[in-house]
Amino acid sequence: MTVNGNKPKFAMYWAASCGGCEIAVLNIHEKILDVDANFDVVFWPVAMDAKYKDVEAMEDGSILLTLFNGGIRNDENEHIAKLLRRKSKILVAFGSCANEGCIPGLANLSDSREIVSTAFNTISTDNPKQIYPMISYDVPEGEIHIPKILPVLKTLDQVVDVDYYMPGCPPESHQIAAVIDLVVQVLQGKAELPPKGTVIGAGNSTVCDECKRARNIKMVKSFKRIWGVEVDPELCLLEQGIPCNGIATRSGCNARCPTAGAQCIGCYGPAEGVIDYGARLISAFASVIDSNDPEEIDRILDGIVDPTGQFYRFNLAGSLLKAGKPAWEKA
Amino acid sequence: MEKIGVYVCHCGTNIAGTVDVQEVAEWAAARLKHRGVVVGREYKFMCSSLGQELIEKDIKELGLTRVVVAACSPHLHENTFRTACKRAGLNPYLCELVSIREQVSWVHTDKDMATAKAMAVVSGGVERVLHHEALEPLKVSIHPDTLVVGGGIAGIQAALEIADAGYKVYLVEREPSIGGHMAQFDKTFPTLDCAACILTPKMVQAGTHPNIELLTWSEVEKVDGYVGNFSVTIRKKSRYVKTDLCTGCGICWEKCPKKVVDDVFEAGMGTRKAIYTPFAQAVPRYPVIDRANCTYYIKGTCKACEKFCPTSAIDFNQEDEIITVNVGNIVLATGYETFDAHRMAQYGYGRLPNVLTSIEFERMCNASGPTNGEILLRDGKSKPKAVGIVHCVGSRDKNYNEYCSVICCMQGLKFAHLVHERTGAEVYNFYIDMRTPFKGYEEFYQRVLEEGTHFIRGKVAEINDAPRTPEEQGKLIAQVEDTLVGVQMRIPLDMVILSVALEPRHDAKETAKRFGLSCSADGWFIEKHPKLDPVATMTEGILIAGCVQGPKDIPASVAQGAAAAARALGKIHAKEIALEPVRASVIEEKCSGCRICNGLCPFNAISFHEERMVTEINAALCQGCGTCVAACPAGAITGTGFSNEQIFAQIEGLLLLNVGEEPVPA
Repeated sequence: MTVNGNKPKFAMYWAASCGGCEIAVLNIHEKILDVDANFDVVFWPVAMDAKYKDVEAMEDGSILLTLFNGGIRNDENEHIAKLLRRKSKILVAFGSCANEGCIPGLANLSDSREIVSTAFNTISTDNPKQIYPMISYDVPEGEIHIPKILPVLKTLDQVVDVDYYMPGCPPESHQIAAVIDLVVQVLQGKAELPPKGTVIGAGNSTVCDECKRARNIKMVKSFKRIWGVEVDPELCLLEQGIPCNGIATRSGCNARCPTAGAQCIGCYGPAEGVIDYGARLISAFASVIDSNDPEEIDRILDGIVDPTGQFYRFNLAGSLLKAGKPAWEKA
Repeated sequence: MEKIGVYVCHCGTNIAGTVDVQEVAEWAAARLKHRGVVVGREYKFMCSSLGQELIEKDIKELGLTRVVVAACSPHLHENTFRTACKRAGLNPYLCELVSIREQVSWVHTDKDMATAKAMAVVSGGVERVLHHEALEPLKVSIHPDTLVVGGGIAGIQAALEIADAGYKVYLVEREPSIGGHMAQFDKTFPTLDCAACILTPKMVQAGTHPNIELLTWSEVEKVDGYVGNFSVTIRKKSRYVKTDLCTGCGICWEKCPKKVVDDVFEAGMGTRKAIYTPFAQAVPRYPVIDRANCTYYIKGTCKACEKFCPTSAIDFNQEDEIITVNVGNIVLATGYETFDAHRMAQYGYGRLPNVLTSIEFERMCNASGPTNGEILLRDGKSKPKAVGIVHCVGSRDKNYNEYCSVICCMQGLKFAHLVHERTGAEVYNFYIDMRTPFKGYEEFYQRVLEEGTHFIRGKVAEINDAPRTPEEQGKLIAQVEDTLVGVQMRIPLDMVILSVALEPRHDAKETAKRFGLSCSADGWFIEKHPKLDPVATMTEGILIAGCVQGPKDIPASVAQGAAAAARALGKIHAKEIALEPVRASVIEEKCSGCRICNGLCPFNAISFHEERMVTEINAALCQGCGTCVAACPAGAITGTGFSNEQIFAQIEGLLLLNVGEEPVPA
């Protein structure tokens, strides 16, 4: 894969995201020099100055690799997603937001008016004049615009065709480094790209596969929040009643959270082939409840205080249902 | 591209009355053509031989590679259509039966909507069948021995039928003797033959049969394996009596100084000794020592039984013995328990001495019972002058059990007859509805009516001992509305018999789990089909007979015992059995060894491989129920015939996501 003797072009973009993915990329330390050595970085708003019009001016397919992080929350995100798709040979949905919506995707439980109202008109907001953002506004210099919020947050592949998926919130730095290595090897003709649609930079099993905690047949009598218990350092967290999502979450992070004594919250998304992450978790949790008494079961389930947050924290926009009804009806 | 044939059944008017079957067939042929449908036909009865031939002809002539039949529930005719496909040379598992009867025509009235739904169901079937795989049934051999659990009349009948056919039977009974509830009864309705006279010959036959190994005072602890190849662990509780030496002479229980109230066989009406057989005709005749009540075990002295035993058969140090038997079929005939009448405080049971339960009354009537068959009040001397029999105590009552206990009406009539015959007392039957179906029952009802028994249609509100008039002094008073006359009545009585409900055994749920069966909400074991397969269960090789399946009388229990035996014998004769290849399997690379599924399998087919840290499923044990498939959070377990791809494809089909454009009219 040589491009006329020039270094191949690299881009990275953030849509609706927190910036953690960029930090994770920088966190690969000296490997970042490999990026510079092998690529010509043409567009990376967080790291360098560039204008959209510069990208628009590029030839279609002229960028070899684009890492796209963030969900599609407004029409600007959507425009850039489509633009980068056109300009890129390989488009990677990078990080949980681009893959499955992540935390911004939880806003899909509300319609966009509620979201704006929460941001501009709640008790914690000092907005006595009830000023709300406007999409366009006339000033003496002309009309100015801000991006328009879309009814629901979409994942990258709900908007454009995606070549590879790299999960994680954010993707682990060692996984990013491995992917960079792989691309460099492909450039040098030493390796081949995996088939399109492959999840890269992650395992094929679940977090339990990498977790060293001892596990037995699971019989859960109550679900507890982590601050309420003294955690046994050796035993499977779920067996201790701590609602750990490791059972359903794709491996690749070296089971960081459970190893440190905190439950997996699911940032690496569903395991290979699973269509709805939360539904899988719900049926798995339901399966290990150790009671046949409906009232006791209800009491045990009351231990899951925020079901959406527990089961769909990262996956709501990418789930089968994708959004709550009020938001979806406007989409 | 696959070639799919779609066949829509009228089922007479069952389906065609609500669904436009012709439209459905034509729609499938036109709109699902791009999915591979090459022919769509409708026929009056697809399950008839002509209907089946239609499919066979198309397979041969059109080269169909997949078949979708839209008809009744797969429970009924899946096998029929699979067999038709097989005859025509198509792998039977490439046929999908979708229900447009139970799930469409029977539950809808609007013809247009029902027709639209039938189309969606057919479309789901077409999408699903595209993902079907050609499968081969699994063949396993059948061990010729059989385990019968429960030595009541149903279990005895099943054991004798199988043993007489020349095959070995292990008959396990929890109590020291076989005989069950029937051995407690005096007379049996409607012919009034004495229960012992007809039962004990069968007990003796079972006890001496060369093909029957009696395991009384024993309980099944564990069941491993699957149809044809069960391995059953049985605990033989220690009798503290060496059965190889004991002759059953009875000197031990004669000499034993400790009397104990017998709550089991005598229902608390009589006593037994600390070393005992439950009743005189017990089979086997060996006694057991009731350790909790034996003076030797309590105080360390006595040993009267040991001293007097002529054959030195007493062994105070005997321990429980655990044995394992291999069998091909299991018949569960674990019976019932009776409703605890204390729960209905309004009837005063336990507080008013002359309020008895039906089982207590049976013992009282029994010639070998505590009163030698005399019907007496609790003072042990006086005969009652007025007796009330309360039906449906704990049955047909939303507060307790909604079901009918089946036997109470006839039992009440029998009691009425016995009271008349033996005491001449006035008898009142308090009933909600009289139910006397089956041979000879209605005639018996007429006979008891003619004998002068009073029948009062109404549920007794209360039995009390608070008199309001001189005639009520010293009596039990039944407060009841005679709903046929519409008046409240207070009837003074000397004795009240509560026809207590038949209930599942208190440990029925654990038993069901041990044998991999399911219970209804009431706790009765669920048969494979309520009408057409009443003794089989959803677990191949495990049969049920008698009251374990639901309340029933002796003739029905015997019939079920024999039916279960016939089913077992059929399998034994066939020597091997083809199992449905619908099985769950673990995709090992995806399994993280989280062990979510490990405790869930009702058939004990799941085990955990500690070294490789993955879960494994024994294909022969797996019954394809899908519990683990649904539970696996990693999607690492897949069910043959029920893979995620198949289910999601079916859903997309149901949502009509793959339907082609309306064809342009020519």
